[in-house]
Amino acid sequence: MSAHTDYSPHKNSGLKLFIQTVLARAYPRVIGQQREKSWMIFEIVLPMLAISAYVFVYRAIGAPEEYIGFVVMGGAMTAFWLNILWSMSSQLYWEKETGNLALYIMAPNSMMAVLLGMALGGLFASTIRALVIVLLGSWLFRVSYEVVSFWQLFTVFFLAMVALYGMGMMAASIFLLLSREAWHLSSLAQEPVYLVSGFYFPIKNLGFWIALGASFIPLTLGMDAMRQLAFPSGTKHGFLSVPTELVVLLVLCVIFLVGAYFLLAYMERLAVREGRLTESRR
Amino acid sequence: MIKTRRSRLPDIVTLWKTFRMATWLGWKIESNWTDPFLFAIYSLVKPLAGAAILVVMYGVITQADFEDPLFTYMYLGNAFYIYVGAILNGLVWAVIDDREHYRTLKYIYTAPIHFPTYLLGRGVATFLVSSIAVLVTVLVGVFFINVQVELSTINWPLFLITLFVGVIMIAFMGLILAGVMLLMVHHMWDLGAAVAGALYLFSGAIFPLEILPPMIRWIGYLMPITYWLELIRRSLVGPIAEEFPTLTQFSSAQLMAILLVLTTFFSVISVISFRWCEAKAREKGVIDAITNY
Repeated sequence: MSAHTDYSPHKNSGLKLFIQTVLARAYPRVIGQQREKSWMIFEIVLPMLAISAYVFVYRAIGAPEEYIGFVVMGGAMTAFWLNILWSMSSQLYWEKETGNLALYIMAPNSMMAVLLGMALGGLFASTIRALVIVLLGSWLFRVSYEVVSFWQLFTVFFLAMVALYGMGMMAASIFLLLSREAWHLSSLAQEPVYLVSGFYFPIKNLGFWIALGASFIPLTLGMDAMRQLAFPSGTKHGFLSVPTELVVLLVLCVIFLVGAYFLLAYMERLAVREGRLTESRR
Repeated sequence: MIKTRRSRLPDIVTLWKTFRMATWLGWKIESNWTDPFLFAIYSLVKPLAGAAILVVMYGVITQADFEDPLFTYMYLGNAFYIYVGAILNGLVWAVIDDREHYRTLKYIYTAPIHFPTYLLGRGVATFLVSSIAVLVTVLVGVFFINVQVELSTINWPLFLITLFVGVIMIAFMGLILAGVMLLMVHHMWDLGAAVAGALYLFSGAIFPLEILPPMIRWIGYLMPITYWLELIRRSLVGPIAEEFPTLTQFSSAQLMAILLVLTTFFSVISVISFRWCEAKAREKGVIDAITNY
């Protein structure tokens, strides 16, 4: 039998193949949530308790009630940052270690579609986790919201997520060249980013220049704008005005998505040239 | 249920060898991925950032009133809690790393060593790394933000004994999680950090237990970490610890006795639960299962 025998009666290509690849890569992440039910305890209940610790710190020092809402919202958003670090940035490294990366590259699909599928699958799981934490936290700590504009709130969230996952896709391609240090870099980017992005307090408190520097992480401006739009005294704690933050987020979306496209192609070429796609320096 | 071959405890020499080699291996894995300078920065930035979050939260609300005893209470509790997060996480990651990353768990498991002791040894490596982080965090607090620790007033014997007992207690708690991890997929990598985060709420690490609603406050009194942190505070900053009424009715000796009893209790629980999880993992055939989503 010829090695070139075509077993498939029909082959998809172009946009159809791209979409199929996205769905195929997103599928195991969505289904994985159904198969391993324990995530509800480890990704919702336990993080909720950790967030509660910060709520009680604010209570212990007599903080105004809106800070409780800031913590609940910030705590929920950690789901997205953790997903970016561990299931986007370091994922291609993990795929390399487990031997899947070479298969992805050999298959006739776009790596960009693989990354997008990873992003959509991860976004789905993280959104559920974040939503449950917001609902649970708001109910437990009686957080009151006063949404100025649902439309703007949705737009901010959407742009922040697109920019954030674009950033994750960019980081994934950089991580292609890394070895064991990939884990450590991901681990290193947790607490420092919680700090500079203002997950548990308004970013304005860190001063203009630090807040400006942290604004390249989409969650910084995304959270700042969402707090301004969702809480009665939010505007008082805002770093920049919401329209300005929307524009910056839009710019970040373009930068990160275009950057991910070019960087992925470049890093893939570089990794192929240096023979590091199947390398495993454990 | 499958009868585990691990049920027989090997002789003390084997146990010691296993522990020593696992500690050495853990240290190498933790530290040899980069040069010592980068490793030092990596080991410090994460815990310092964690402490800085609390400092900013406190500073924003109190207009930087770092003289208040509550700040020292909170800062020291958070600094020593680094051990809890690091050791719990270290033991969970030892399972994930060996099973799915290095894929050596089946070889280690079938080697003539005592598997739980091996995991505890791996945990000690994270203890060593986190000790540097705890020390630097405390020093930064003392020198830059007025955490009120004075060398001359530290009760060193109480501090050292408490630290020693506490690390054993945390290691056994980590063993419970390592057992659970044997039954779970790798994307639950956050298990150690998640449990440490949850216990953060109940242990009085960053606020006195009186702040918690009465209906959940009792959980804090069942946690050995609560007594451990209280003894650490008493040994380092006795007068400040006395200002918070949570455990003032107990003397330090009584607290130590409670800590020892709870440590013994948790160590028994951890051995039983680890054996159960191990047997279950063998029964399900997941000792060396690799998952990838």
